[in-house]
Amino acid sequence: MNVHVRSLVLAVVVVSTVLALTTFAIWFERKFAGRMQSRLGPTRVGPVGLLQPVADAFKLMQKESIRPANADWALFNLAPLLAAVCALGAAAVVPLAPGLAAADVDLGVLFVLAIGAVTVLPVFIAGWSSNNKFALLGGMRAIAQSISYEVPLLLAALVPIILSGSMNLSEIVRQQAEGHWIAVWPFFLGIPAFAIFLLAMLAESNRIPFDIPEAESELVAGVTTEYTGMKFALFYLAEYAHTLIASALGAALFLGGWDGPFGPGLHWLLLKTFVLFGSVYWVRWTLLRFRSDQLLRICWTWLVPAGVVLVMGAGAWVAWGPLP
Amino acid sequence: MPSDQAVSLAIFLAVTVVTAAGMLVAARLLGVRARKEHRLKDTTYECGETATGVTWVRFHARYYVVALFFVLFDVEAVFLLPWALGARDAGPAGFFAITGFVGVLMVGWLWALRKGALRWQ
Repeated sequence: MNVHVRSLVLAVVVVSTVLALTTFAIWFERKFAGRMQSRLGPTRVGPVGLLQPVADAFKLMQKESIRPANADWALFNLAPLLAAVCALGAAAVVPLAPGLAAADVDLGVLFVLAIGAVTVLPVFIAGWSSNNKFALLGGMRAIAQSISYEVPLLLAALVPIILSGSMNLSEIVRQQAEGHWIAVWPFFLGIPAFAIFLLAMLAESNRIPFDIPEAESELVAGVTTEYTGMKFALFYLAEYAHTLIASALGAALFLGGWDGPFGPGLHWLLLKTFVLFGSVYWVRWTLLRFRSDQLLRICWTWLVPAGVVLVMGAGAWVAWGPLP
Repeated sequence: MPSDQAVSLAIFLAVTVVTAAGMLVAARLLGVRARKEHRLKDTTYECGETATGVTWVRFHARYYVVALFFVLFDVEAVFLLPWALGARDAGPAGFFAITGFVGVLMVGWLWALRKGALRWQ
């Protein structure tokens, strides 16, 4: 029983931390975007605008919830809930510190990939149930994009699995801490796999240059067109939480997670996560959006074969490998 | 009896469900209601145009080829994942076996690409 109480406490702590970090991340992005466009970003609420996302959350909470008359009631309300659960759920298996994870699951990587695949469902449910043409088009694009980039994501994640012979994220990080980070050695497998992982991660979390499902200049707001108040906020939250957790996973799979000089611990994971997270926003405010068919062609003609080659390379490396 | 791992995962997912549902309930309690209804308020939003018909009609599903591609590679993943776990133990023999399997799959991929499966008209 004690074990279960411990996992309940851990779960509450991790979920609240992710929510708090997500709030902070929204502030960070707005500041960052502001600086990149020679603006100041939020400055009014709290010191250097730090409380702006909190104010926004309270504002959204007070807003009236409007549902279009011809929308599907049950699905329309279910979608935001499901989106938030899918995005936050992936945080369960992230190894936080040596021997510490909210749920230390043997098939952790598989769980992450599975819940990542489910993430597309709430998006399409939202698009379909809104009974709005923009929303439906956004939902269709989201499905095509997410299932396409699922494949390179999986192939890239297979490289650390093959090299460490485990699907347990804690075990993968432990091996990297004892030996080398996967992006460092063998770097000719680790770095390309990491690059593919990053690209697929951008696409999976609908980030520019892959934010086609909610391309605001074409589709108003994509699947969230008809959503107001807290339901919209949950989609927004899910998107940021997904990016944040995917960054943490990239750090765990390729950059040694909590490992680092001067003592391993949570601070290294947070540092690596924020560096990856920051680079996502750097890309977002620098590049333009791809067209839907270009996006799919990049995936299927370049990323997938490259991923297959990397997986086979990793297989050969451990089958004949000079290293244990 | 489910294992401790499965239970801890279930607990975590339950916490996320409670959190998200709690936010929706809080919004329901705190949210304002308009005193007067307006007939345009709950119509479909199309940037000011009156919506023509509903959205639930037949549409051109050109994304379906992508779905076929996905099924192909998802089945591949089912075989790749167990091999990936035991790649070291399977050794060169296992490597050649999986290379043959992936090779056949990639021939199919090349054929589909040559047929123009990803070219949009």
